[in-house]
Amino acid sequence: MNATKLETNEYNLYYGNFHALRDISIYIPEKKVTALIGPSGCGKSTFLRTFNRMNDLIPGVRTTGLVNIDGIDLFKIDPVALRQNVGMVFQKPNPFPKSIFDNVAYGPRVTGLRDHKKLEEIVESSLRSAALWDEVKDNLGKSGLALSGGQQQRLCIARALAVQPSVILMDEPAASLDPIATLKIEDLIHDLSEDYTIVIVTHNMQQAGRVSDYTAFFYTDETRTGRLVEFDETKTIFTNPHDKRTEDYITGRFG
Amino acid sequence: MRPEISEYNYQASPFFMDGDAKPMKKHGGVEHQMSGRIIADKTVKYILFISAILSIVIVLAIAFFIFQESLQAWAEIGLSDILFKAVWRPGQDQYGILAMIVGSVAVTFGAILLGVPLAIGSAIFLGEIAPKSVQSVLRPAVQLLAGIPSVVYGLFGMVVLVPLIRQVNVPGNSGYGLLAASIVLAVMILPTITSVAEDAIRAVPDGYRSGSLALGATKWQTITRVVLPAGKSGIMAAIILGVGRALGETMAMIMVIGNSVVFPKPLAANPLTFFFSQARTLTGNIAVEISYATGVHESALFATGVVLFALIIIVNASARWLINRQSSIQTTRQG
Repeated sequence: MNATKLETNEYNLYYGNFHALRDISIYIPEKKVTALIGPSGCGKSTFLRTFNRMNDLIPGVRTTGLVNIDGIDLFKIDPVALRQNVGMVFQKPNPFPKSIFDNVAYGPRVTGLRDHKKLEEIVESSLRSAALWDEVKDNLGKSGLALSGGQQQRLCIARALAVQPSVILMDEPAASLDPIATLKIEDLIHDLSEDYTIVIVTHNMQQAGRVSDYTAFFYTDETRTGRLVEFDETKTIFTNPHDKRTEDYITGRFG
Repeated sequence: MRPEISEYNYQASPFFMDGDAKPMKKHGGVEHQMSGRIIADKTVKYILFISAILSIVIVLAIAFFIFQESLQAWAEIGLSDILFKAVWRPGQDQYGILAMIVGSVAVTFGAILLGVPLAIGSAIFLGEIAPKSVQSVLRPAVQLLAGIPSVVYGLFGMVVLVPLIRQVNVPGNSGYGLLAASIVLAVMILPTITSVAEDAIRAVPDGYRSGSLALGATKWQTITRVVLPAGKSGIMAAIILGVGRALGETMAMIMVIGNSVVFPKPLAANPLTFFFSQARTLTGNIAVEISYATGVHESALFATGVVLFALIIIVNASARWLINRQSSIQTTRQG
């Protein structure tokens, strides 16, 4: 197992009085793809948003327990600085109503980069890494919204890469895409895992099996409180799970 | 043809026979009931159609009437003399409304200058920053401004603003004039601009905000670089609606602007003393003189109305165009 990049210990999250996540302890290895799977409402997306503190934006959210990134308490880092290190790709592609260039350059610009030459380099390398460069290199002035859904999602990945994060969180990044666009995103995730720690939430079992090195299975009972049932190498989870609930979920008996 | 839902025989369904539902015949026949409902349905449709048409007819009738009454003035005085001559002396048959056009435009400009930053600031605060509890106090308070009668604003201007402005030591400054009128008008257009601009800001998809924040942008950067540009058309529309409102305002203007038929100009060497100058608006011109005007004079006042009407139609049409553009941008996005 690689070095630990992200780590939680006895982590709990509450929405007001509602206990959404209970006692989650996990070690997410560096430069690997970790999939978070589980039935709807088990808190896996909420857990994902812990790592870039997007939950902070929701009124009434409270947490207890420890969350570390590179061994440092994540809640002691300024969220704005943290989010430059932990990028995120959302379920629905959300490019800004700006040109492709301005979309990718957005992150570097908000951190104060003005040098156009440097921005151009970053935009090109980010679009290349997101496997979009060849499709858009002649049209960087075109609106990001004019791209197809799959291209928009790769634009959002490029936009996240432009900030040079070390972690990329993906919240069902292919949920709104057709199978071919999904496959491209999956290939991309695989390539990106050489340089980035990737945590991906997915509803799609096959997708978790195809793209991830490690899989965490979340589950919830009638209390609606999400728990981590099992975390292991993906192939172990899929072929030889320890917990009966994991096995039932993987084999499609519920969820 | 698609079957109308009203034609479906609900009562024949076994689900509707439970409980205290009685066999349908006792109600006097399903056929009869259904046809009654269909007639009601169609009648309502026609009534609504007529009410919608009626408002168009009224607008056209007013436009036609004003234009017809102004024909004499256009014919006897001439278009260019009315629009481009600054001297309005009905006693000497001089009917140039340029001074009033400048007065209306200047006071509107002043109101926009003072009111827009305040209104857009309030809209951003309400839409993006204020917690729910603050919103629930602030929003009704801003909307309350829209409910205050124009004459009350005028009174406030006369009693509070005019004496204050009179304190400024500029020769010829009476307190009445463009500055007092601009301030009053700025407050009057505040609720219009704030609520339309807030709607435009709220209509910006949340995905833009979370996308920006997730890239390490601060909240303020997110507002200025993503939210406001995305809501730009709607915010422009809000401002233009405010302009339309300002151009049409009459009573409060009559009360504080001084109404003298002079071409507004700086009272001293400092160009800013322009705003201490008295003026008259297009609306004020009509309201002040219509009660005693006859003949060409009366017709010239209607010509003033035509000019005002045209200005406001242009302003509102451009606002409508901008609003449509914004909604079409957002629909394209979802496609």
